[in-house]
Amino acid sequence: MSLHPSFIRRRFTIRALGGRIGFSIDKRLLLACSVLFTLAAAVLMAALVSGQLRIPVMDVIDVLIGNGQRRTRLVVLEWRLPRAVAAALFGALLGLGGAVFQSITRNPLGSPDVVGFDAGAYTGAILAITFAGGGWLILAGSAIAGGLLTALAVYLLTWRNGIQGFQLIVVGIGVSAMLTSANHWILLKSTLSTAMAANTWGMGTLAKVNSQQLMPILWLAVPVIVCALFLSRPLRLMEMGDARARALGIKVETVRLSLMALAIVATALVTAIAGPIPFVALAAPPIAHVITRTAGTSLAASMATGALLLSAADYAAQHGFAPIQLPVGVVTLCIGGTYFLWLIIKEARRT
Amino acid sequence: MSCSPLEHDAFAADQAPTARQNGKRLGLIAAAIVLVFVICLSLAIGARTIPVIDVASSLFGGNVSIDSETIWSLRLPRTLLGLMAGIAFALSGALMQALTRNPLADPGILGINAGAAFAMVAAIGLFGISHPLSLIWFAFAGTGLAAIGVYAAAMGGRAGATPLRLTLAGVAIGSVLRGLTSTLIFLDPNTFDHMLNWEVGSLAITGYDNLVYTAPFVVIGVLLALICAPVLNVVALGDDQARSLGAGLRSARIMVVLAVMLLTGAATAAAGPLGFLGLMVPYVARWIGGSDQRWIFAYTLILAPIVLLTADIVGRLSMRPAEIQVGIVTAFIGAPVLIWLVRARKVTAL
Repeated sequence: MSLHPSFIRRRFTIRALGGRIGFSIDKRLLLACSVLFTLAAAVLMAALVSGQLRIPVMDVIDVLIGNGQRRTRLVVLEWRLPRAVAAALFGALLGLGGAVFQSITRNPLGSPDVVGFDAGAYTGAILAITFAGGGWLILAGSAIAGGLLTALAVYLLTWRNGIQGFQLIVVGIGVSAMLTSANHWILLKSTLSTAMAANTWGMGTLAKVNSQQLMPILWLAVPVIVCALFLSRPLRLMEMGDARARALGIKVETVRLSLMALAIVATALVTAIAGPIPFVALAAPPIAHVITRTAGTSLAASMATGALLLSAADYAAQHGFAPIQLPVGVVTLCIGGTYFLWLIIKEARRT
Repeated sequence: MSCSPLEHDAFAADQAPTARQNGKRLGLIAAAIVLVFVICLSLAIGARTIPVIDVASSLFGGNVSIDSETIWSLRLPRTLLGLMAGIAFALSGALMQALTRNPLADPGILGINAGAAFAMVAAIGLFGISHPLSLIWFAFAGTGLAAIGVYAAAMGGRAGATPLRLTLAGVAIGSVLRGLTSTLIFLDPNTFDHMLNWEVGSLAITGYDNLVYTAPFVVIGVLLALICAPVLNVVALGDDQARSLGAGLRSARIMVVLAVMLLTGAATAAAGPLGFLGLMVPYVARWIGGSDQRWIFAYTLILAPIVLLTADIVGRLSMRPAEIQVGIVTAFIGAPVLIWLVRARKVTAL
C-alpha cells in the first residue's frame, strides 16, 4: 500500500493492489476523525480505570496486553471492558444510522430515533424475548423487522406528494408514543415487575451488557461498518442529486438500498441489546459536520462522533452521580433534547 | 370579562333556537348520561368487582362492609380525581388550541405538564419541600415557565409560531424536562418511591388529601375558561379582526394563560403529567360542537372525564390484578389522533 499526496489540495490518496482499490481522504477529515477516535479511546480508558475499585492506568494497560493479576483481569476484562466497548461501538453504529437516514431523507431531523424506528425495534426485541424465548438471531431479526415496519408506517403515514420534514417528525412522535405504551404493556404483562423496574424500561441502558452479548454483535457490526465506509463516497456524491451521481457512474438505487439496509441493521442491533437510546443518531452527524467541515456527510466522522458522544454520556451516567447509576438514555435525552431544541430554533430562524 | 355588544351580534344567529342547536343540546344531555354510566362503572370495576347495587348502598345507604371501605377510600377518590384531572387537562388543551389557533396544542405534547412535573420533583428532591399545598405553587411556576419557553423557542422567523413548530419546540423542551425529571428521581429513589406511578400519570390515589388541595384551583381555572369562551370566539377570527371588533385581546390572553397554568399545574400535581387528553377531547368536541368555543368547552367538560375514566377502567381491567397507569392508556389512544391531525391538510390553521 502506498500513500502519496494527490494533486488535489488537502487530500491524501491511498492506493493498493496496483491501483485497483483506492480512495482519497480529506486531510482535515482524517485529522478530525483521528482526534475524535483518540478522545473516544481516552474516555474508554477512563471507563476502565474508574469505578469503586480504582485501577491505575498502567495496570489496565498491563491487563489489556494479557498480563495482570487475576482479580484485576476479572474487573477490567469481564466487568468494565464489555460496557466500555459497547458504549463506543453502539455510539458508532447509532452515528452511522443517523448519518445515512439524514443524508437520504435530506433532512437533519430525519434520524431513526425521531421517525420511530428505535421504538419499533424495541417492540420487536421485547416481543421476541417474551414469545420466542431469547434466541440471538430471532432477537436481532425481530428487532430489525419491528424497526423496519415502524419506519415504513411512519413514512406511509406522512407521504403526501413527498415527505415534509416537520410532519414526518410529528407523525414519528405519535407512532413512538403508541409503541412506547405498547412496550410498557408487553413488559408489564410478561414480567409483572415492580414500578421501579417499569421506570427504567424504555430508557436505553448499557448496564446489563456482558461479553456473551457483545461478541456476536461485534461480529456483525464490523462488516456493517466496513461496508458502510466503502459506500461513503457514493453517498456523498448522491447528495449532489441523483442525476449527477448517475452520470458519475453510481448505481444510485443499489447504493441507497444497501446503505438503508446497513443503517437499519446498525440501529436495530443497538436497540435490541440496549433499548432505545434517544438522540445520539440525531446529534452525531451534524456535530461531525461542524467539526470536519466537509461538503457532504462523512460516515466515518459521524461514527467517530457517535462513539465519543455515547462513551462520554455513559461515563457520565455511570460515574457522574456514583454510587447511583443512571440509564444512559436519560443523559442522552437531556443532551440530545437540548440539541434538538437548538436545531428547531435554528430552522425556525432560517425559514 | 364583559362581553361587548359586538360579540353578541357576531353570534346572534347562533343563539337562535334552531334545530341544530337543539341537536347539540340533546347531544350534551346524552353525553352527560354516558358520563354517569362511566362513573358507576369506575366505582364498580377494579381488582374486585362490586355490584352497582352495593356501590349505591355503600354511598347513600350507610352500608358498612369491606366493599364500602374500598369504595370510600379508593374508588371514590380515584373517580373524583379522574373527573377533575380529565376536565383540567382537556379544558387546558382546548384553551391553548383556541388561543394559539393550533389544533395540535396539548399540555402534554407541548411539554407544559413536563414543566410542572419537573418543578415539583425539583422542589421535592433539591429543596426538600413535601407539603402538597407548597408543591402546587411550584407546579404553577413550572407550567408557566415551560409555556413561555416553548412559545419563545417556536417564535422567530417570518412564519412565526406555526402549529408544527410549536409542537416540535414543545416536544424538545418536554424531552429535556422529562430527562431531568427522571434523573432527579433516579438520584433519590427512596424519596420518590411513591411517585413512580405519578411520573407516568396515574389516578390511583388513596384518600382525599390531594383532591382537597388541588380542586379549588381547578374550579377557578374552569370558571376563568368559561368566562373567556366568548372572547376566544372573536380571537378565532384572527388578531386584526378581533382587535377591530373591540375585543380586549391582552386581558383575554392573560386570563387564558392563567387558566392554563391553574388547570395544568393543579392536575399535574394531583395525577401526574398525563398527555394527549387535551389533544383528543377538544378535537372530538369541535367535531360535534362546531366552531363556537362555548359549545366546545361545554362538550369538553362532559367528554373529558368520560375518556379519562374509560381509559382508567381499561388500565384496571387489562392486567388484573395488576394495572396499567392511565397515562399509558391515554397515550395509546391519543397518539392516533395526533397523527390524524398532522395528516389533515388544514393543520396550519384552526
